Amino acid sequence: MGQASSVTKGTAMITLSCEAVRREISNYLDDDISPRMRRLLEAHLEQCRKCAVLLDSTHNVLVLLADEQRFELPAGFSIRVRQMLAEEFQKGKS
Amino acid sequence: MQKTLVSEPENDCILDGERELIAEILAGNNERYYELIAPLERRVYYTAYAILRTRADAEEVAQEAFLKAFRGLRSFRGDAKFSSWLLSIVMNEARMRLRQRREVSLELLKSPDHENEYTPIELADWREIPVEALAQKELAAHLEEALAALPAIYREVLILRDIDGLNIAETSDALEISVPAVKTRLLRARLMVRDYFLLRSWARPPVLRKAQP
Repeated sequence: MGQASSVTKGTAMITLSCEAVRREISNYLDDDISPRMRRLLEAHLEQCRKCAVLLDSTHNVLVLLADEQRFELPAGFSIRVRQMLAEEFQKGKS
Repeated sequence: MQKTLVSEPENDCILDGERELIAEILAGNNERYYELIAPLERRVYYTAYAILRTRADAEEVAQEAFLKAFRGLRSFRGDAKFSSWLLSIVMNEARMRLRQRREVSLELLKSPDHENEYTPIELADWREIPVEALAQKELAAHLEEALAALPAIYREVLILRDIDGLNIAETSDALEISVPAVKTRLLRARLMVRDYFLLRSWARPPVLRKAQP
């Protein structure tokens, strides 16, 4: 998972490849990565516009997806659910 | 940078208020079941809709799930939140309905061979995507289409995790797949839904700008 793609000798500077960043993007969005991986990933994102845009756009689409307000319940849905359950409750009592 | 989309609850177990409510319902105060399910109506309906794609079927399946959860409330063990238990019932009911309709496409049965090998579309800049400018309804329609375009195994994981807001462990329980499988599918599902959404937004761009003089 997310191995370092290159080690620059002398400075011990470890960097991630774009591919490694892509593999971790979902975990990053879930805040489900180690502090070390987070540092590496964020270092890469600062340098790599392409990956930064991939992260932002994926994040934005997921924010839209999570927005409950974008879909509506059919008119009368709650009333029908209650009616159906009221019948069930009656059955239980009789 | 905090990027967590869905706030994780303090723990994944049943909430105290929920426990009391359920105890009351089981003691015979049936009417309080409305209180238990009211906050979940949208998620229940939408989960069914996202799988079934027709409003009528989605409503029927949602109703069946509410009924089934009520009848099975005694068997609810309380080691998960009521919401994730209910949503797993909805997911199963919706899948069953799909099978009844004989609409199970091969994609549902297909094993995911190359889940890691998805290459997302490259963009120069997020600004190229006219999200802010899209009319709300149009945006919702693009998202619906993007979601519908996903193979079932990816759509299901995305619905439960990113729309319903279940955490990884709950999603894994609801789908009866391992946690690593959830994570792998989620990565692919998220990248794919992004790409499908972009493609749809570009294919039918809204009228954004005033005509230049």
